[in-house]
Amino acid sequence: MPFGLLKYGLSKTYPAKHHFTPRKDLKKHYDVVIIGGGGHGAAIAYYLAKYHGITDIAILEKGYLGGGNTGRNTAVLRANYLTEEGVTFYRESLKLYRDLSNEFDYNIMWENRGQLTLATTDAAIGSFRWRAEVNKHLGVQSELIGRDEIRELVPLLNLGDGGRYPILGGLWHADGGTARHDAVVWGYAKGACERGVELHQLTEVTGLDVEHGRIKAVLTNRGTVQCGCAVQAVAGTSSLLAAMAGFKLPIHTYPLQAMVTQPYKPILDPLVSAPHVHVYIQQTSRGEFVIGGGSDPYPLYNTRSTLEMKESLCSAIQELFPFIGQMRLLRQWAGITDMTPDYSPIMGLSPVENYYLDAGWGTWGFKATPISGKTMAELIATGRVPDLIKPFGVDRFLRFEQVNEAGATAASH
Amino acid sequence: MKIVPCPLNGPRNISEFAYGGEVELMPDPNTSSSEEWAEYIFFSDNPAGVVREWWCHSATSYWFIAERNTVTDEIVRTYPASELFKERVEFKKESE
Ligand SMILES: Cc1cc2nc3c(=O)[nH]c(=O)nc-3n(C[C@H](O)[C@H](O)[C@H](O)COP(=O)(O)OP(=O)(O)OC[C@H]3O[C@@H](n4cnc5c(N)ncnc54)[C@H](O)[C@@H]3O)c2cc1C
Repeated sequence: MPFGLLKYGLSKTYPAKHHFTPRKDLKKHYDVVIIGGGGHGAAIAYYLAKYHGITDIAILEKGYLGGGNTGRNTAVLRANYLTEEGVTFYRESLKLYRDLSNEFDYNIMWENRGQLTLATTDAAIGSFRWRAEVNKHLGVQSELIGRDEIRELVPLLNLGDGGRYPILGGLWHADGGTARHDAVVWGYAKGACERGVELHQLTEVTGLDVEHGRIKAVLTNRGTVQCGCAVQAVAGTSSLLAAMAGFKLPIHTYPLQAMVTQPYKPILDPLVSAPHVHVYIQQTSRGEFVIGGGSDPYPLYNTRSTLEMKESLCSAIQELFPFIGQMRLLRQWAGITDMTPDYSPIMGLSPVENYYLDAGWGTWGFKATPISGKTMAELIATGRVPDLIKPFGVDRFLRFEQVNEAGATAASH
Repeated sequence: MKIVPCPLNGPRNISEFAYGGEVELMPDPNTSSSEEWAEYIFFSDNPAGVVREWWCHSATSYWFIAERNTVTDEIVRTYPASELFKERVEFKKESE
């Protein structure tokens, strides 16, 4: 058996496929420079090449492809937000997710499992009713459900009778689901590279050459590249890139931690979130339980994990699913997230004319990867801000026109 | 557990404290434009390095200032707010 495998591996009949650009020198000039090789950067490149015929593009990534928050997130996909702007935007993203595997010819393991958020107070029930109505009005499947339906969907859930947090009801979002996070960025990067985009890993942007309100060149640890325009899609380090371009953003950088158990038999189908104890959970198709929660209590540019967060996630998740106390943890990790005051992204134009922003993705940006890529590509190619992302411009804060998604985001990502 | 040297209570666990944001100079609410005010409340340098921040020891409601490195998470120095703010900030009513 091992020899058979080795023979197969070395056989010329099945050559290994190389999906990404082999390492080569940077050119002197690119039409578009994309800073950040996460899902968002790769998706922007993909849609620019696919729909707009722009392929003279370099994606500059300081580490490895997808090594930032794209490779660290808990892959909750949902569109059950509160504002019309938010719901419409994330709804379009979920639609794109459905077809991505076919489009890429590469399995992103998208699964439509449904997502359930629990309520333990009348106030939460009230806000769920509100969200359900907004969602339905905009064509997103959400409904307020009671304890019996919850018991049917998640038989192993502790409904908390006689305990500290009796569960009163839930917001059931049948469109919710998950996908393999790495595969999403790999699929986009593969599609982009096949169309001529260059991916440069281990290439860190260290400065931006801005003159008379226009960006001329991008400085990197591998030399300077001139560019027609540039876009930053760097998540946790958004403020640092903006500072290089000479402006401030309404962003604070906080770590977000998560952890995962060893794999077990499949027993939990929907994704479940419990804002009252700041925890959410899903069982991956490999059987592991992925457990996440709220952000760290203060800002930090560091991906260390803490014992406090492990303790709080463990105690919260045992409140919901007592059997998890028997399981073993495999890993705990963190990503650094670019949090905005209203929990909505910052997309579109910047104070620098040909420099675009794809930032403020905080703890919720994985689900937005396809639609951000598509709309940002349209903006870069046409110079016009697509209607879908008009509400998310950075200047909304100067007009006090925040798009408030705080209540629909906390601990449910 | 990380320890914060509180200027009032001595070394305490960080879970006893609440983070209160960067120390920033407030523009005069009576004369600043609404854009200046928006910049002050929303926009931030959010630097990677040593930052001057407000912290509160929750149990004693004591606000003080900490200089903290946002990359290494080291607390470089903590001191009473009176080191920076010598005078009381008066919020005058807007004259109409
Ligand atoms: C623990 C955790 C759980 C999460 N859970 C969810 C979830 O369930 N659902 C959801 O929708 N979202 C979730 N998120 C948020 C989501 O992961 C992010 O919003 C999203 O992945 C951002 O994608 P991105 O491509 O913009 O950023 P990233 O994937 O972080 O990519 C940015 C890239 O830029 C690179 N970079 C940074 N600075 C430079 C530089 N100077 N030069 C060159 N390259 C640079 C980085 O190395 C990085 O690879 C979670 C995040 C975390 C940390």
